[in-house]
Amino acid sequence: MANAPHRFRNGRSENAVLDGFLALADEWIARAADAGGAEWFRSATNDIVHAANDRTLGVAIGLAPRRLGKADLALTDDDRQRAAALRPGFDPSDWSIDQLARVAFMIASHDGNDVAFAARFDSFCSSAALNELIALCRGLPLYPGAALIEPRAREAVRSGMKPVFEAVAHNNPYPGEVFGEDAWNHMVVKALFIGSSLWPVQGLDARANPHLARMLVDLARERWAAGRPVSAELWRCVAPYADAEGVAALTRVWQGGEGKDRLAIALALQHPAGASVDLPFREEVVQFKTRLAAEKIGWRDVA
Amino acid sequence: MIIDPHAHMISRTTDDYEAMAKAGIVAVIEPAFWLGQARTNVGSFIDYFSLISGFERFRAGQFGIRHYCTIGLNPKEANNEPLAEAVLDVLPRFLAKEGVVAMGELGYDEQTPAEDRALRAQIELAKEFDLPIMIHTPHRDKHAGTLRTMDVLKEHNFDPARCVIDHNNEETIRDVLERGYWLGFSIYPQTKMGSERMAVLVENYGPERLIVNSACDWGVSDPLAVAKTARLMAQRGVSAEAIRKVVYGNALAVYGLNGEMREEHWLAPAPIDQRTLYEGNSVLRGGQTPRIEQPGRPVDELRIT
Repeated sequence: MANAPHRFRNGRSENAVLDGFLALADEWIARAADAGGAEWFRSATNDIVHAANDRTLGVAIGLAPRRLGKADLALTDDDRQRAAALRPGFDPSDWSIDQLARVAFMIASHDGNDVAFAARFDSFCSSAALNELIALCRGLPLYPGAALIEPRAREAVRSGMKPVFEAVAHNNPYPGEVFGEDAWNHMVVKALFIGSSLWPVQGLDARANPHLARMLVDLARERWAAGRPVSAELWRCVAPYADAEGVAALTRVWQGGEGKDRLAIALALQHPAGASVDLPFREEVVQFKTRLAAEKIGWRDVA
Repeated sequence: MIIDPHAHMISRTTDDYEAMAKAGIVAVIEPAFWLGQARTNVGSFIDYFSLISGFERFRAGQFGIRHYCTIGLNPKEANNEPLAEAVLDVLPRFLAKEGVVAMGELGYDEQTPAEDRALRAQIELAKEFDLPIMIHTPHRDKHAGTLRTMDVLKEHNFDPARCVIDHNNEETIRDVLERGYWLGFSIYPQTKMGSERMAVLVENYGPERLIVNSACDWGVSDPLAVAKTARLMAQRGVSAEAIRKVVYGNALAVYGLNGEMREEHWLAPAPIDQRTLYEGNSVLRGGQTPRIEQPGRPVDELRIT
């Protein structure tokens, strides 16, 4: 077998996250793939490190599922802890083996030049097939030069393809860390707009803001006018920063909504900023708080 | 179950997808071809190849139909030589992608030297990337052009068992069968092949290596052509086994050669595929007669939700 991939064989600069990730990928792929697949992964990675142009990378990214399959990685708790220790927020829990390989290939192409890497990443995303784009976007928190790849990350959340949107928005620390307020707000509103969910979005509570609360109340009113249901998750980013219209909307939901809506509002009011919102039903929320704690109800349960 | 192995779905509507799914079509192949108007720069080709391997794949999945594609520089546009050079340079970027089942449509239009050069270069690329080839036979001077295409394939030692010669008719079928190629027939109103003529061909030549497709695109064409032809053949007494070969099995055999199109994709989709691009479909099990429904909703259906 070839040796485990090493980015610095060409004297490349050290980057603990990139190298740590490649080591994890090598270990997990060796475990999840058959011997031929694992050997292919190693030699493809080494070829990419030494390649003179991007053709090697493109072919390796394309062939990954054919050579490795698309099985779930089936990570253990220990694996997940190592991922998060390597890069806070990095959560490959539901990655498949081909996705891991594709991100590893992209990262192996980094030769110390973050600007060149960002250009390469952008170029590959622009001609990526559907599953390639999903994989490349899942790798966002790992890539160097986070600000340089932000335009492409924003392009991905503009996508009409839900799985591409979710590759950026869900289980990914990148948007919460890098997106400005406008980009963040649009991503959160879009998640609900396209029928996706909010609970897998990292950093939601920390990045709640009055402007987002207003946009979400508008969305709820639009849905009510159309006779369409409103996700209970929507109130999560409304309750802490509700203005007069927000309070009116929350009151309407509290009085007329389902039990899940009430639980969601009670959950949302646990946000520190929620304490100062003047709500007519504040007294009633208390008993729900007891239930939340007793039944260990979280956001996933009300989605 | 039906496969339509030649359908330019980027030109079709969601009504078409719904009707195709209802008629039992489980998979389509979208060959790269020209758009009705010549492209002016290589970026347009890159976007087009990305679209048919990206968004269109996703869109089809929303209707429970599996979408595959072929990649290639079409003969018409091979005549813009500087552009053709640039397109040939970017092709390798797309040939290893998921869901790419062949190179195509390749071949001749006016049989110019530029078309010849592009064809030969792409046959070599197909060998390098281990891909089958879908050949577009010319509209004019068809018989001679078809023979010439097969001569060139032979000169490059390309295995006929890995190649579909498309848009055949009564004039070309014998030569193409004799040389061992797969044969595509495009049921295309008024020009290429009609469903009754197709039924007669299957009766006379048998179902081996014959493949029916709709070639539906931006012209007057019918995305249900394969399903309708299957029903017509059934009415004329063609055996279920023969029908299954020409509307399903043969296409799967040749376009499944590189492993990118497999029956399990629609019969038993992997959970990860269902999460990402495939909404699932109530497929017709083998042997059932496909239902035919007209595209579009009833005219008196005014309630839009």
